[in-house]
Amino acid sequence: MTATPTPPLSPPPAAMADPAAGPLAEARRLVEDRSLDTVRAWKAAHPGALAIGHLPIYVPRPLLEAMDCLPVALFGGGDQVDIIRGDSYFQSYICHLPRSTVELALAGDLDALDGVLFPAICDVVRNLGGMWKLLFPDRYSSYLDLPQNLDPALGGRFYADELRRITRELVARGATPLAERALAAAIARENARRDALFALDALRRRQPWRVPASEAYLVARAGAALPAADHRALLQAYLNAALQRAVHRYDNVRVVVTGAFCEQPPLELIRTLELAGCDIVDDDFQLGWRYLEGPIPTGAGADGIEVLARAYLDLGTATASRYIGEEEKGAALVRRVRRAGAEGVIFAAASFCDPALLDQPMLEAALGAAGIPFTSLKFSENTGQLQVIREQAGAFSDAVKLWGSAA
Amino acid sequence: MSAAPTPVPAPGEDRASAPAEPRAPAKDASQLRQKQLFADYFETLAHAREAGRKVVYTFVPGNVVELLGALDLLPVLPEINALQSAMRKRSAAHIAEAEKAGHSEDVCSYVKCDLGMLKSGNIGPTGTRLPEPDLLLLSYTGCFTFMKWFELLRQEYHCPVVMLHVPYQPDGVITGEMRRYVVDQLRHQVVPALEKVAGRQLDDEELRRRLTRSRQAEDDLVAVWESARHRPSPIDGYFGGVYYIGPIFSAFRGSEDAVAYYRELRSEVEARLRRGEGPVTPDGAAAAERYRLVVEGPPNWTHFNDFWRMFSREGAVMVSSTYTRVGGLYDTGFRHDAERPLESLADYCLGCYTNLGLPSRVALLERYIRDYQADGFLINSVKSCNSFSAGQLLILRELERRTGVPGGFIESDLVDPRYFGRANIENRVQSYLQMLEARRGRSAA
Repeated sequence: MTATPTPPLSPPPAAMADPAAGPLAEARRLVEDRSLDTVRAWKAAHPGALAIGHLPIYVPRPLLEAMDCLPVALFGGGDQVDIIRGDSYFQSYICHLPRSTVELALAGDLDALDGVLFPAICDVVRNLGGMWKLLFPDRYSSYLDLPQNLDPALGGRFYADELRRITRELVARGATPLAERALAAAIARENARRDALFALDALRRRQPWRVPASEAYLVARAGAALPAADHRALLQAYLNAALQRAVHRYDNVRVVVTGAFCEQPPLELIRTLELAGCDIVDDDFQLGWRYLEGPIPTGAGADGIEVLARAYLDLGTATASRYIGEEEKGAALVRRVRRAGAEGVIFAAASFCDPALLDQPMLEAALGAAGIPFTSLKFSENTGQLQVIREQAGAFSDAVKLWGSAA
Repeated sequence: MSAAPTPVPAPGEDRASAPAEPRAPAKDASQLRQKQLFADYFETLAHAREAGRKVVYTFVPGNVVELLGALDLLPVLPEINALQSAMRKRSAAHIAEAEKAGHSEDVCSYVKCDLGMLKSGNIGPTGTRLPEPDLLLLSYTGCFTFMKWFELLRQEYHCPVVMLHVPYQPDGVITGEMRRYVVDQLRHQVVPALEKVAGRQLDDEELRRRLTRSRQAEDDLVAVWESARHRPSPIDGYFGGVYYIGPIFSAFRGSEDAVAYYRELRSEVEARLRRGEGPVTPDGAAAAERYRLVVEGPPNWTHFNDFWRMFSREGAVMVSSTYTRVGGLYDTGFRHDAERPLESLADYCLGCYTNLGLPSRVALLERYIRDYQADGFLINSVKSCNSFSAGQLLILRELERRTGVPGGFIESDLVDPRYFGRANIENRVQSYLQMLEARRGRSAA
């Protein structure tokens, strides 16, 4: 168990202007842009360029940027969308993300997009890709198969072929043909965004009272429809502002939240965990931003598509939608907990999320063997009943704080 | 050996039925042959260790049993164990055991049934103990859950795993890149892993012989499927069909036994066709054919015969189905090919039904509805299987729009009896058939 310094409890600092208020307001505006006005503005400023949506978890956004496309990460409708037509396309035992995504599309909220990519993550998102072809036959959509065989000569080659196919399809729809120099530049911009995200995560681990997870979530999510360079600028602005804050430390428990890599919990759920006494020092929310655990290697003369493919194989993070062939299941989660100095884990999976829920017993076994306490909850993107979650998380944090375990 | 219960209970053997069961009908020779095949298979598995045989666990869709057979390896297919446990009323206890161990109520009941069976001593559906695997051959075809399933089993058995990732066919086209990916995995990883377990090299000639036999059986199976184009159909292509796919989807494809079974089955079906007879049902000869239906989705296994009777007693015959193509889609022309062994194994894996994108699935169903002159189509949407179920409500709309044929929609589960609401399902079936009848009356008027 990692010892957490326990500061004396005292009231929070008197209300004062938060230097991070500006970046946070901008992040909130972007996150709440349900009808993709930002994308429309970008397209107006870039006549003829394509905006390409993509479902979770991971799509190599630099490839799109290199072709002068705007990648737009789609995370469903959250708790802001009334589901009317979307529900009529899915049985009650299917997770929530696809129904709100269909709802948004049928309502015209995704009309700014010139196409959508459906990466291989689970059977539901895969089939949603097929539904898209039936529902919107005149719009571009494509399934991006991600390799589960991670041998470079096998899965690596197949994945590079997949990326080349996507490239051809986009060019056929008006995207700029791929040039090595443009791809190298886009990879460099993505690496810079990643550096900013990792700096944010590092600060959050060191001083979670300075960067609450709910805020970090917001500024990360704000990048969904931003070019990498613009997102990096926003992240940096928030980071600089957060460092200027007058802060107060709380006697919270340090936890890792895992399982919400695709369908996202409502922001209020994250805040609820914080209010229940949990500092979320690591998580897999919006995992695509951090799917690669290191910078994409760049080098003179390298084939950019091969570089992207190799990065996926070598740097891809352990998550439920990725086959873990050699290592013991859960070992990566235990490492994350140790690295974050966390005292416990909260499993937060979307209801009916097969990958997360099938993975969970294996991860729990690994945590149990490592003596790391955990608790679990399920949510959907529009979960509104948060009191039970607050009580559960509060009991968990109390148990960890008092006894060093959740038992 | 012969006293072992039938691995797949034959029509009339499901013991979940309503009171006053009629006597089980006399069995055809092919049924008796299949019963013996499976009894012998499970007996062989029970004594595999004493006999020094090596065991490979793998899945039904995208299985490469010709390779296993050529190396004298014994396949075990966990889905088959799960569905057979359900037909014998053992799945509820197995699922409860798995949920007690922390597995979510939301996830696939096949997985939980298999894990529960393992936790309960790994006694298979016939009452004999299943051998532990020497290798897990993860044929990841058309179903994401397969991957998690073998990750879970690897933790239990601590044995090696070899991955065969079969790319998805979103647009109904097998590209050269897809085929090469699968062939290269077979050549460079799967075959070497199997050879290592078998302790010998693959005999290419034996593989070719097996692929030739696969092709013979596939020809006969397709003839059986297509017999349902006739009126009355001599087969039920869904409830009866799941018996027909038993050998070819499981351990026997490529064997002499499978060739003999399908030859005999085809001969029996053709004889019924000549006599103008309908299918054999749990109650014996079918009632006069009144409705011809196509079915999408797997059956419910816990109340299999009850479910079947809801249709057969009303004269509803399932003339074709997609579930019976989940372990191989042969009636669009594919055959295993001894002249291109690994390539045709790759094409087989890539072509399994749930590996096809929704537009291809809709097109196939549309074709079945037209070719088999169906009066309607039914979707049995199972909670456990997102691979099948996600998108089925759109399939329903799309098929109605394209064909003008009305669809019915039922929800149940694979092997979790808690999700088979008999009264509700029967009510829906009755309403649906009444609607077909009324529609027919309107057409006649």
